[in-house]
Order: sequence, then structure tokens, then C-alpha cells
Amino acid sequence: MKEHFKIKKGLDIPLEGEAPLKDLPDILSDKYAILPPDFRLLTPRLLVQEGDDILAGEPIIQNKINENIFITSPISGKVTAIIRGEKRILKQIIITPKFPQEFKIFNIPTTLDRENIIKLLLESGLWVNIKQRPYGIIANPSDMPKAIYISAFDSSPLAPNPDYLIKGEEENFQKGIDIIKKLTSGPIYLNISSTRNKSDFYKNIKNTELHNFEGPHPVGNVSVQISRISPINKGDIYWYLYPQDVIFIGRLFQNGKLDLHRKIELTGSELTERGYITTLPGISMQALLSNRLKQNNVRVISGNVLTGTNAGLDGFLSYYDNQITVIPEGNYYDFFGWVAPKFTKYSPSRMIMNWLIRNKKKKYVLDTNMHGEERPFVLSDQYDKYFPFDIYPVYLLKAILSENIEQMENLGIYEIVEEDFALPEYVCVSKINLQEIVRKGIDLMIKETT
Amino acid sequence: MNWLRSFLDKIKPNFEKGGKLYFLHSTFEAFEVFFFVPNKVTEKGSHIRDYVDLKRLMTHVLIALAPIVLFGMFNVGLQHFRLQLGLDIDAWGQVVKEIGFWRIFWYGFLRVLPIIVVSYVSGLAVEFASAQIRHHQVNEGFLVTGMLIALIVPPTIPLWMLSVATIFAVIFGKEIFGGTGMNFLNPALLTRAFLFFAYPASMTGDAIWVASKGLDVISGPTPLALAAQNQFFQSPSLLTMSLGFIPGSIGETSKILIILAAIYLIFTGVANLRVMISALVGAAAMGIIFNLWGANEYMQIPFYYHFFIGGFLFGAIFMATDPVTSAQTPTGKIYYGLLIGIFCILIRVVNPAYPEGAMLAILLMNVFAPLIDHLVVQQNINRRKKRALLSQTIKS
Repeated sequence: MKEHFKIKKGLDIPLEGEAPLKDLPDILSDKYAILPPDFRLLTPRLLVQEGDDILAGEPIIQNKINENIFITSPISGKVTAIIRGEKRILKQIIITPKFPQEFKIFNIPTTLDRENIIKLLLESGLWVNIKQRPYGIIANPSDMPKAIYISAFDSSPLAPNPDYLIKGEEENFQKGIDIIKKLTSGPIYLNISSTRNKSDFYKNIKNTELHNFEGPHPVGNVSVQISRISPINKGDIYWYLYPQDVIFIGRLFQNGKLDLHRKIELTGSELTERGYITTLPGISMQALLSNRLKQNNVRVISGNVLTGTNAGLDGFLSYYDNQITVIPEGNYYDFFGWVAPKFTKYSPSRMIMNWLIRNKKKKYVLDTNMHGEERPFVLSDQYDKYFPFDIYPVYLLKAILSENIEQMENLGIYEIVEEDFALPEYVCVSKINLQEIVRKGIDLMIKETT
Repeated sequence: MNWLRSFLDKIKPNFEKGGKLYFLHSTFEAFEVFFFVPNKVTEKGSHIRDYVDLKRLMTHVLIALAPIVLFGMFNVGLQHFRLQLGLDIDAWGQVVKEIGFWRIFWYGFLRVLPIIVVSYVSGLAVEFASAQIRHHQVNEGFLVTGMLIALIVPPTIPLWMLSVATIFAVIFGKEIFGGTGMNFLNPALLTRAFLFFAYPASMTGDAIWVASKGLDVISGPTPLALAAQNQFFQSPSLLTMSLGFIPGSIGETSKILIILAAIYLIFTGVANLRVMISALVGAAAMGIIFNLWGANEYMQIPFYYHFFIGGFLFGAIFMATDPVTSAQTPTGKIYYGLLIGIFCILIRVVNPAYPEGAMLAILLMNVFAPLIDHLVVQQNINRRKKRALLSQTIKS
């Protein structure tokens, strides 16, 4: 253990619906989907047609901008539908699976140098699991990152248990680490949290620099960890990935198959049965949830409540997610809701009277109501408590809104991504969609600087 | 409350685009969201949002102000009957005994209520009209401003003047900059400043602080005025001043209630502690400097007396902390508060033309707050640039 970092700012929202550490029976869905919108700033070129038979690992989409980057199918089967949205934007590629799974076999190069590794990662489609900072987008294979970050735990609300997700995968994980070690000239920072990562999994992992992070969410965010270990300066590039991605890479280089099977967590207050399930990305929510819902007026989120995607019950698990959260929809009118004391409702603020009777162990059901309407920025210091960076959030947001590139750079746009503004967005009195503003700012930076 | 909901749903189409009453849609929405928090759900970003919105924030400020308003009403009555009986300031106990609590309160209530009503009606009229013109929603900002305006004027203020000043301040202090959140001057203080400079006879002197009936003007100087006239020895006891049984603007007199309100605002997280504390520290520091200097009688007043006279404490708690017009950065808030304290006492003691320094000090610092913030943010930028430079030199 090299260093210990303690984060003070942040918040763990006591959300109802934690999943017990148990495996639910496997589910085979009759529908899987590849969702191009999951891959930020990737311009898709479709490589398949309806009716094509595909193997797991065969390319489905090519990136028009960087033609080396492919998205491959996680499952073997037949392409049964291609669904487009407005302006013919590619939204879903539906695959009807064929069991047992048939894998495309990749040739593992005999000499594992950087070039060969990148080539195989690109070909297999696993490249999209490696992301870069700044911006939090898919890494560019022609860059040389200063270091690679792995956040071994997720601190967001109802996040899956980090030990349970990777149990028994030590060998693949070590293999993956050995492979990605060759992608950087610097170290691999493996950041754990001893209060969350309780198992010995990482004890014997070699080739990494282990650091310990404690504190409330967003301590698990890569931005926080980078800001403490080696803050990003203009021109710096870091790559980052998550433990499950390392395991996929390990599997690929062990047996030449793209095997994206992962444990995902079914969680949230509106589920009758919660737990973990081993499955593939793109599985349909219907298959996973249809007989587990308490009621029908729910929001099905692929991911967590702060940063996840509203998938809907007829949607699919997003490529990068290992969690599904189901919470009640908040489409109700709240009579004098702005002045009612709300003794029984959770809020981090003492403006809600719940602090009078709060039991620290109690968990709360939160819904999707906005609880107010959008207003201009009024409070200037409300975000500070939830934003553990040496950045003035309101100034950065205003620089983004005025599209002032130089000022955005000066104020630290390289150091953050959308998810870092999720907690400020949750507490925002003015109900401003901060993550959307940050996303637009990042889009603008990429457009203007490349 | 289903009948109300279904009634609103029934008349709603009239106010929507194409409806007969579309020109009143902002007004309708304002009332609709007053009764019901809308059923709008999150669409982008975080799926859950906290229960606190701007309305609730403003409500908490009003809760903090409520005891001060009630006390202000009582005190207006008290001062009236005290002078009628020809008693000394410190003799408030005797006044209550002779006149009776409720009679005193009722008199003050009748004097203060019209001021509150006029302040709200004038300001909200402008707010509703400008929301309508811009097709925006009506913002809650004025809910607090309206009450603050009533609390920082003398009880004898002519209502038409108050109305003119409020309308001026809301239009030229707020709406032309884009409404709530965009203004750089505190609208309540701007109202007072407008009154102060446009109608000085109604805002200064000894005759305006005690409400009376008819034309016979009763003179009742405030402790602040006594200090400015080097007659501080006549001023009431510290107990009377901290309880607030003295002449003055309606809401500024009771220091104890103001401090209780401050504790409430800090506890609920509505107002910023940094600004309050640094303003008090700044004022104390300036007061001590004058004590040491001691060139005239005013300078020799023990520095802590400054907290008990005039509107400084009220200003520091309710005006300086206005989140829109104060400095925005945590470090900036400290400098901003300190300078407010310093300037307030400086103006009070050195400039005899302006007995009340708090208003001008806060307005002045409102103007300079963006500059303070600019300097603080610039430091952050420089720190970031230095870090980049350092890492480059290590590399090469």
C-alpha cells in the first residue's frame, strides 16, 4: 500500500433497495441489443444487415472517425432488427441469440508487445472498454497514456459489491493487468477502498501501484482519484478502466474469445427480488425484471440513480453497466410540497425536517420527481460540500454556458467529467441539469481542439 | 385536495398556447405551482433530485424573519405610546404596564401591515408583469425581498414613496439584468437607497422613527443618531438596545431576535456563515481602531456598541448574505464580509452625512463582489497553470 487518501466532501445517499449478496438463477433472454448511444462520441457505421448470422466477437459497428475502433457482438445469433431514431440515428441493433454460444476465435499473438496487444484489443472490440481522461471518452489507440487508472470500487448509491463482482477471477484479472501494463509507460494505479474492498483479491496482484481511498461518494470516481494522485494538466492523457474490463481483457488473452459475461446487480426499492445475476450487456430488461416488479409506475435505470440511463422496461442493459436500479416514477402533484415539512423524506439538507427524527441506519425510497422547477443559479455555495475538487463549479459551468473555451480550460474542464457533477445536480436548489451542461462543454472542447 | 387539482386541470387549457387567457400564462403557472409542486420528472442527468427548491429556501428565510416582523410591529406601537406618555427609552416596562401589550401590538400592526402589503404588491406586480413579457415563470426571489424592504424602512414612510422606490428597485436593480439571480445589487437595499437619496426628509432626521397620528411630529432620535451627534451618553442601556425597544427601522432593532434568526439560517444551511462572521470581525476591527485613535467622542464609543445601534447587524445577517449579490467564492466571501464591516463603521464614524453606514457599505461591496471573485478565481487559474508548468519542467 503506497498511500492513503481521505476524501471529506461528498454524500452517500441512503437509498432503499440494496441487493443481498446472492446469485439469482441465470436468465436467457430472447433479445439482446447493441446500443450505439452507449458509446459517447462514436460515429457508427453499420457493418451488418437484418438477417445476418453473427458470432460473439464479430464486428457490428465501425467508428467512422477512427476506423480502427469496432464494436463487436457480445453474443452469437441473428440480427433481427435495426432500429433508428430521429435523423436516422442508429439506436438499437437487436440480436436474437443462438444457444449454445459460438465464439469467434481470435489469434493470440506470440509476441505480446504494445502494437500486437492494441491490434487484438481493437479487433475484438474490447478497445471501447478503455477510456481516457480528459473527457471520459473511448481512448485513442495512437496516444501514449502517462498512467492507467483502475478504480476498484464504485461509491455511487446502491453500487454493486466490488468483491462479489470479481470473485474467483484472480487469474484473468492478473492476466489483464499484465496485458495493459504494456500499454503505458507509467504505472497502473489500482485504487481500492479498504472499507469496501474487504476480500484479499488485490493482495497478490502484481504490476500495479495500490492506493487506498476512503470517504463518501464520489470517492470512487476516477476524477477524484486522479486529482489526488496526479492532477491532469493540459496535454496529459490518462487511460482508465474498471476491474471487470480488466477481466474481459484477461479472458481474451487467455483463450482467444470475447467473453463479456459479467455479474450485474439488480437493485432498487421497486423490485420484489434483488440480487446478482451473471449475464451479457444488451440483455433485455423485460427478461430480467418482468416478474420482479412491485408495481408498474417505475423507472428502470441501467446504471445507478445519479448517472444511469433511463432504459425503460422495454429497454436493454447498457454496454458499460453492471447495475440496474428500479425506483418509483415521480409523476404526481405534491400539494404544497414546497412548504410541507416532510418529516419522513430523506434530504441532506436541514431545510427538510427529517433531520429531527433521522435514524442513521434507515434507508429511504426516492422517486424521480424534480421537486421543483428550473431556476437561475441563485445559491453560490451549495455545490461545494459535494464537489471534492480544487475547481469552482459555478464558474466552470458558466464558462461552459458562455462557450468560452479558454476559460473552460483555465477553470479545469480537463479534470472532471459529467459524473462528478451528479451529486451537485442532485442537491441543486435551482434544479439545473448540470451533467448535461458539462457534457455539452466536453463536446465543445473536443470539437474546438481537435 | 383533489377538487383543487381537478379545477386547475379544468381551467389550464385556457392559459396554454392558443387559449383565451394565454397572456396570463405566467400568472396561472405561478399560482398552480404555489398550490402543487408539479408532476415533472427528471429527464436528463441524475434521476433523483433533492426536495429543496428555491421556494423552500425562500420560505426558510421568511420563517427566520417572522419573529422579527412581529417584534417590529410591537416596537412601533411601543415607541409611539412611550413618546405619548413622555417617558424615557429605557422605561419600556412602564409603557407596557400602562397601555397593555395587545393595544401596543395592535397599533404597530396597523402601522406596519400597510407597509408590508405595499412593498409586496408593488414588487410582485413588476415581477409578474416582467415574467409575462418574457414568457418566463415567476421567480420566488421577491418573496424575501418584499419582506426585507418593509423591515428596513422607518415606520413613518409614506406608502406612495415606498411603492415608487420598490418599483424602481425591482425594475432597475433586477429585471433589466434578467431577473432573479442576475442582479448585482441587493434589491431591498436599492429600494432603501432610492428612498434615502430621493426623499431624504422622510428617511433621515429625528422625526421619522416613531409612528404617530396626525400632524404633530414627535421627535425620537435613534441611538445611532445620538452617537452621530456626539450625544451618546443619552443613549439607552445595552439591555434595551439588544432587546430592541428603541426607535429605528421596523426590523432592525431587536438584536437578540436577529441573532436567533442568524443561528436558524446557518443551522438550516440557508445563509452563509463566512459572510456573517467576517462582517462582524471587520466591524469589530474597525471599531477597535477608532477606539485606539479616539479623536472624537464618536470614535470613543466602545467598539461592541456598534453591533447594537443602527442596522448593521440586520444588514450583515440578511443583506450581506444575499447569495446572488454577495461574493460567490468561499475565499471571496471572507474578504467581502470583512470589507462590509470595515466600511460600515468607517462611514458611520467618519462621514456625518450618512449616519447609517450599513446600507452604503453593503451596496458598495455588492458592486465590488465580482472583482473580489475575479481575483480569487484568477488565483485558482494561476495555481493550475503553475502546476502544468511544473510538470513540464520535470518532464524535460
